[in-house]
Amino acid sequence: MFAFIVQRLFQAILVMLVVGIISFALFRFTGDPVNNMLGPEATIEQREALRERLGLNDSVPVQFINFIGNAAKGEFGLSYRVGKPVEELIATTLPATIELVFVSALMALLIGVPMGVYTGLKRHAALSRVFLTVSLIGISLPTFVIGILMILIFGVWLGWLPTFGRQGVVDLGVWQTGLLTLQGWSHLIMPAFTLALFQLTLIMRLVRAEMLEVQRTDYIKFAKARGLRNRAINYGHALKNTLVPVITIMGLQVGSLLAFSIITETVFAWPGMGRLFLQAIQFVDIPVMSSYLMLMAFFFVMINLTVDLLYYAVDPRLRAETLGGAAH
Amino acid sequence: MSPSDTPIQDRAPAAQAAGQAERSAAGKPALLEVEKMRVEFPTRRGTLVAVDDVSFHINEGEVLGVVGESGAGKSMTGSAIIGLLEPPGRIAGGEVRLGGRRIDNLPYEQIRRIRGREIGMVFQDPLTSLNPLYTVGHQLIETIQTHTDLSESQARKRAIELLAEVGIPAPDRRIDQYPHQFSGGMRQRVVIALALCVNPRLVIADEPTTALDVSIQAQIIKLLHKLCREHGAAVMLITHDMGVIAETADRVAVMYSGRIVEVGPVREVIRNAKHPYTHGLMGSIPMVGHDLDRLTQIEGSMPRLTEIPPGCPFNPRCPKVFERCRHERPELIPVEETQVACWLYDENEGATANGGRSGSHG
Repeated sequence: MFAFIVQRLFQAILVMLVVGIISFALFRFTGDPVNNMLGPEATIEQREALRERLGLNDSVPVQFINFIGNAAKGEFGLSYRVGKPVEELIATTLPATIELVFVSALMALLIGVPMGVYTGLKRHAALSRVFLTVSLIGISLPTFVIGILMILIFGVWLGWLPTFGRQGVVDLGVWQTGLLTLQGWSHLIMPAFTLALFQLTLIMRLVRAEMLEVQRTDYIKFAKARGLRNRAINYGHALKNTLVPVITIMGLQVGSLLAFSIITETVFAWPGMGRLFLQAIQFVDIPVMSSYLMLMAFFFVMINLTVDLLYYAVDPRLRAETLGGAAH
Repeated sequence: MSPSDTPIQDRAPAAQAAGQAERSAAGKPALLEVEKMRVEFPTRRGTLVAVDDVSFHINEGEVLGVVGESGAGKSMTGSAIIGLLEPPGRIAGGEVRLGGRRIDNLPYEQIRRIRGREIGMVFQDPLTSLNPLYTVGHQLIETIQTHTDLSESQARKRAIELLAEVGIPAPDRRIDQYPHQFSGGMRQRVVIALALCVNPRLVIADEPTTALDVSIQAQIIKLLHKLCREHGAAVMLITHDMGVIAETADRVAVMYSGRIVEVGPVREVIRNAKHPYTHGLMGSIPMVGHDLDRLTQIEGSMPRLTEIPPGCPFNPRCPKVFERCRHERPELIPVEETQVACWLYDENEGATANGGRSGSHG
């Protein structure tokens, strides 16, 4: 187990280095930031001073090593657009995105799995057909359309929920959370659901298919023949066997939730990282873009590591194969 | 109800005979009584009858072997008794009684309590019968606790005893291992332990050794037999291996095309098979010490469920077929110690067929 984690961490570092190279390359191929920052009227002295301050006069390898070293310390340089350190910008926007993604992932799981189990067990029930039909909408409508529809219905027509922004935020020092106030939740719920809808339907359909598959296996028949209670058979034996594929997909999906949050954040004017990234692109704000890239890569790597560890927790056969501890 | 249900009137005498046989000598009902059970599968192209009016009984502590070719309805009969037919299969007629109590029409929760508690089941493939994600101990303890009031630690103690009983070495260590850490034979031992863990009165063993290596088949059968005897459980042993039946069963029922064609004490059926199908079946078993160049073979093959001929289902392959077999379906007729579904043994046909043997009983 320990050896496995060490091996995975080593791979993670390798992946991060490669992403670091790509992020760094952004600086080399996207023009001169000095023009953008100072405008055309700046004097040569001002330009030189800024170049020196940004470290642009060093040789490429030195710049790269500095870049990686700083990134490892959590420093990503100055934003060209705002002139503030990137890590400060991230610190103010990251909590908004993480909370949005976290809540929508939770929604997708807590609604999607039970719906999947239900439709898998009661294949011919009327409610199952309703779920499946509704899930088609979730799977086929693009996120921004769903977001705009929700704003129209709940924000404009019904007037129940605020249509944009993030308020009711409580500052906990390093983290600003919107999860502690009712107002915070009222702002969060619509974007979170919009983001969750696709994942939710995906998980529901996946769990359903897996449940149908597992129902046919011999060990479920044997569990029935042993007179186990329905609850134990459906949730203990059947559902647990559907978990491995669900974990795989969920891991991938949390990654894409982070990525798709760009669209949702734009629709709902959510002050998260996605919006920060879009603004950075408009302004060719390379430090922000490259640090966004590295941060996302970091999240993906960590999610994958977690997924691998969860496999081990769920399926004992995997433990035996890599550790060679099986007594066959 | 399906319109194809045959009128009771026609079959009254045979039914009475069968009913009498289901009473043991003491006069109390047999442990398991199956009466005219019919299993149907509604399909798009009409209803398939997988088990057709099957009647038999199993006494307390008795081993009943059920033999027949693949598709003869053996496993289907076993699954139907315990209420585990795969939908859309269903019991369309007849009765199943356990200790005199009818169990084929019980609501789900009540039949669930009978499964495992009163009727244990062993399936064919031990590699897939156990849930791969739980330790064998978990699965044993779960089953024990479902049916008894034992605490977790008592149930665990019982589980270790059971593993020891089924011949698993170092049971206190093995109990925390997962199914994939056991070999096929060992897994079937675990399955047997699971089937017997709350002392059911009947164990239905559905081809318990078919998926195992030949060298351990005998061990497993012996173990199953020994344990059921010790626990006082009757066994319905479903198999296509006559050798296994000969060694373990007290009585044997031979199935063909979803019907029982012959049922009786195992020695009687093996030595003195009465139904032409049983006769052919016995002839096809290789035996040590017999100098036969060729084994007997029954011509043709068992009809598919959609193509069962009218009358006796065996009539197209039967060497002794006569006109009546093609029109009228034979019921089980008591002949000496056995019952045979064959017109050769009907009193009225006594003059035409097979000497005087069939006339001697009535």
